[in-house]
Order: sequence, then C-alpha cells, then structure tokens
Amino acid sequence: MEKFQKLHGVAAPMPLVNIDTDMIIPKVFLKSIQRTGFGVNLFDEMRYTRDGEEIPDFVLNKPQYRNAEILVAGDNFGCGSSREHAPWAIADFGIKCVVSTSFADIFFNNCFKNGILPIVLPQEQVDILMEDAERGENARMTVDLEAQEITTSEGTTIAFEVDEFKKHCLLNGLDDIGLTMEKASSIDAFEARIAAEHPWM
Amino acid sequence: MSPKTLYDKIWDAHVAHEAEDGTCLLYIDRHLVHEVTSPQAFEGLRMTGRTVRAPEKTIAVPDHNVPTTAGREDPAQMTEESRIQVQALDTNAKEFGVHYYPVSDVRQGIVHIVGPEQGWTLPGMTVVCGDSHTATHGAFGALAHGIGTSEVEHVLATQTLIQKKSKNMKVEITGKLNPGVTAKDITLAVIGETGTAGGTGYVIEYCGEAIRDLSMEGRMTVCNMAIEGGARAGLIAPDETTYEYCKGRAHAPKGGAWEQALAYWKTLFTDEGAHFDKVVTLKGEDIQPVVTWGTSPEDVLPITGVVPNPEDFEGGKVEAARRSIEYMGLTPGQKLTDIEIDTVFIGSCTNGRIEDFRAVAEVVKGKKIKDGMRAMIVPGSGLVRAQAEEEGLADIFREAGFEWRLAGCSMCLAMNPDQLSEGERCAATSNRNFEGRQGYKGRTHLVSPAMAAAAALTGKLTDIRDLM
Repeated sequence: MEKFQKLHGVAAPMPLVNIDTDMIIPKVFLKSIQRTGFGVNLFDEMRYTRDGEEIPDFVLNKPQYRNAEILVAGDNFGCGSSREHAPWAIADFGIKCVVSTSFADIFFNNCFKNGILPIVLPQEQVDILMEDAERGENARMTVDLEAQEITTSEGTTIAFEVDEFKKHCLLNGLDDIGLTMEKASSIDAFEARIAAEHPWM
Repeated sequence: MSPKTLYDKIWDAHVAHEAEDGTCLLYIDRHLVHEVTSPQAFEGLRMTGRTVRAPEKTIAVPDHNVPTTAGREDPAQMTEESRIQVQALDTNAKEFGVHYYPVSDVRQGIVHIVGPEQGWTLPGMTVVCGDSHTATHGAFGALAHGIGTSEVEHVLATQTLIQKKSKNMKVEITGKLNPGVTAKDITLAVIGETGTAGGTGYVIEYCGEAIRDLSMEGRMTVCNMAIEGGARAGLIAPDETTYEYCKGRAHAPKGGAWEQALAYWKTLFTDEGAHFDKVVTLKGEDIQPVVTWGTSPEDVLPITGVVPNPEDFEGGKVEAARRSIEYMGLTPGQKLTDIEIDTVFIGSCTNGRIEDFRAVAEVVKGKKIKDGMRAMIVPGSGLVRAQAEEEGLADIFREAGFEWRLAGCSMCLAMNPDQLSEGERCAATSNRNFEGRQGYKGRTHLVSPAMAAAAALTGKLTDIRDLM
C-alpha cells in the first residue's frame, strides 16, 4: 500500500450530507474484477449526463478542482454499501484525504486499506475547511499525518484524532495481512481452543 | 464479574489477540462470499501465494448479478461483465475449495438468506461478508457485519479481522404491534428516529416484547437494516424461536453437539445491569405502517403523512431534502397515499423469505393487480421458491398478475437485468432508496411486503389498514 505522510493540495467542497456509496460509484461500475480504473466513474451520475457529457456545475468538473487531492464533505459520508470500489474510485481519481463530521463505519475502514486518510472533525472546524475549499485552487491545504494537523491556506491549524494503529499502517504503507500473519500462533491457539470447547462452531 | 451485554459476551469469546492499544484480532466463524466483492480478494491471495485458511468455514454463492428469469443457465442472459464475475466465483470457489452453491443448485439464493437457511448461521458466532446487509444474521444472536474487499482477503487468509470494539446501543420496542404493522415498519421507524448516522460506532441490541414476538424471518428483517441506521451490527438474543428455527438445518449441530450448543446459546443474553452507551425506546403501539418519501432510509413517515417541506429541516438536511424531493418528483404537502406508482418489487435480503410471501398472498388472494402495473416477486432462495410453490402462494401471485421469479438480489440493486427505467416509481420491499439504486433515475419507496402488495392492487401508495 502507498504511504500517506504529508499532503499539500487542493481541497474540493462537497457540503451535501449523506453522500452514499451508490453516488460515489454507481453499481453499473462494480462489475470489474480489478482494483483500478474506477476514478473516471467517481460520482458518475452527478458528474456526467446520461450521454457521458461532463456536467460543468459539478465540483470536480470545475477547472479549479479537477486535480483535487482532498475532499471536504457533509455529514455521514460513505453511507450505504460495503463496496470497496468507493475508496478505490476516490483513490484512483487522486483524492487521498476526506474530511467530514462523520463517516459510515465500513467506508471509514475501507479508506485506511487503500492509503486514504478519512478525518473526522466537529462541525465548526469542517465549516472552516469548507469555506477554505470554496476558494478554489489557490487555497491549498496541508494535511500532516505525523503531526495530526491540517493547515488551511491562511495558516489556521486544526488538530485531528486518528487511531494509533491505523496511523502507523498508513505512515508506513503496511499490509494488514502480513502483520496479522506474524500473530499466527495466537490464531492457532484460539482455533485449538474453539475446536475443543465448541466443536460445532 | 461485571455484567455484560450480549455484544460484550460474543466479542470476548472471539478475541484471538489483543494489542496494548485495544486493537484486536477477532476470530471469524463464518465467512460468506458473493461474486461482486470477492474477485479482487481471491486475486490478492493468488498474487501473494496465500491460501484460504479455513475453507470449511467459507461459503460462496452468486446472487447480485444473476438473472431471475427462466433459462438463466444460458450465459447469454447476462452481460459480459456479469458473466465474468459469476465465472470468477465459480473458479475461485473450486480452486480454493470453499463451500459453493452455484446458480444451478436449488439452494442458491441471496447470500443472507442461504446462510441461515442452511444452518451456517448460528447463535454466538461471528459472521462476516463483503456486503453491508450481513447485519441480517444478527437476528440469531450472531455478531455479523459487512466488510470491504481488503478485509475479505484478510479473513480468507487469516480467518480473523482487525477490529476495535464498538459501543453498545439498546433499541427497545415495548408492547405489541397494531394490525398491519410489521418488522419492516419497526426497522424503518427506528431509522426515522435515529437517522442514518445515529448508529455509527455502535452495535445495536434490539429487545423488548415486540421484538420477542417476531418470528426469525421478522427478526432478520429488523437486523438487516441496522446498517441503514449506521450501526456496525444489530443483534437479537437467541431464544426458543431461534433454537426452533436452527434445529435440523443442514449445517446445524446434531445429537450431542446440539445439546452442547444449546447449553452455550442459553448463556447468550445481556446481563441484568449491563451498561449501554445509548438507549432508544419506541412503543410498539405507536409504530404505524411507514413509507419512505426521499432518497435516504431516514426519510420515513407514517403512510398517513404528507411529503415534507425542505424548510422544515435543519442544517445540511435542508439541501438534501430539496434534492430528494426533486429527484423523487414530489411536491411538499402532497399526501403520501396520492403518490402513484408503476412498479412493485417484492423480495431482497430484507423481505424475500417465506413469511413475507405469505403476507403478500393474504393481501392479493383472489384479486388482480392494477392494469399496466409491473409487479414482480423474487424469492430469496431456490428453497423459499419451492416452499411458496408447495404452499400454493405462487399460484395466488400468478393469478393476481405478478411475475414469479427465480432467486437472486434482482431489483434491489439492479446489477442484473431487473431494473427501473428513468422516472419509473417503485414500491419496494428492499432496503435502500438511494438515487439510482434500482436503476438510473428510478424512484424507490421502501415499504413492507403487505404495503407493497396493497400498492400493486391500487396503483398508489396505500395504507394496508384500509384493505384489512
């Protein structure tokens, strides 16, 4: 997995609440058996007309946000399905950090497996970042994972929380499975105990 | 020892390793797999030379892409991409040696219906699947939740998940339900109360007399939509209803093992005085038949209500409501019972079980659906279909004018040929009314099976109590 350490880039504002995984990547694009190539269909139904024409009003179609690397979003981002195609599409587009007041649980976990940092902040702070993002490409934010800080284009610093283990994995681009396999003896012992106590399991 | 919730007990019994910061390796008893969220996970195993650690605990079935019409064995019925996904599951199931129910098997169906039906899902287990509606299995007092594809690969390789414990939330439904009110109305009413993010960070335990009174089918409907309320999982403590359902199922324990399992299951309840971080209580008698008007499952109102005005909401929800009402083609103040529909979909992992179909049959027996109505009933598994045929329900449906289909996810998510066209309006027993969920620009109103049946007869969203 790609490491996430420090990011300096354009933030796109998406204040809509309850942006669900069907909006992020509609089901017609779930039929690939690859992990890549979903970026072109990110937010497909909001981003293109049925004929495939770009909708100029949609935020990521505006010239100043086409290269956005950060998304500042409304409450409950990523609700709905467990499809990891949602973070795959976000990462494939080039977005590496999403900020909101809240995220759906499965989506939140999926982000960390794909080098994306989801950041939860209180409403007042999301409002500050949303306002900063509205200024367009001249307003670049800095997200520093090591220091757990976001700095706005005007130099305001906002601290954020992140789970220690998840932070460690992101900073170092670590593969979960490899880490878990180092604990194989614990799993072996657990399985042996279950087989003795609850063989029907 | 301090009193524990049901969730605490199941969690504690599955921690294979705990790090100092509380990050745990949670052991997984059953891993359910379908064709959409698994191909990249199996490919990952192949690329790293890893194997499936516990194929005997891994169960695969294709459901999202499969057509539900006769002759579906013919690959030409599927699009090229659908065919590739289903064929990938065929190949992966064989290569890695996991249990498999192919399309040609009568036991095939929606993964969350097949698991319980075959006795794979049992009380006290941990159950995961690359699908958010895995919450369904919580009805058995199993800790069950959806995972992403990276986690699918992690479970395949290690039979564990890296997890931190969620908080405990109690949702109590007291008293009795009124006639015409069902498990679907309970679960939608709870989401209406808590919002779609109200459960975020929690595992919900549903309890109270109205929950106890539900069958296993009804309990599965309630837990199925725990995810729509944002919760990681929903749970209902096992009782006689649960044991009775499990007994004799193909993969349930037998003989001495059954007695041993039963003794364990009887310890699976929340201790007196255990701590819940959040408590929501609804009176069963206050719950009415409900319907969704918008594009989020929290947009729910009693069928006697009217389409709300966006200005009645606060914060970001004002814009969301405006967008929903426009998408849905409705007018604030319009009576919900005046909304005309052209399509009815009855099925899905929420309401595709035998009890749901009995409820529909009761409403439509001897009647005809409205002229021009497109109405389909899609069983959740081949065995549900066979049972409905045997009970004479299928004849009632066909005589009333419904299409009676083969098992699959069908129009719940429109990854197969069953879809809404632009502007079509559907009364659906499924679980999501998101924009485009049932087809591009399609409009979805979530309802109970009885309410969907009523709408098929009248051509409008209808209060089932008016037909009783």
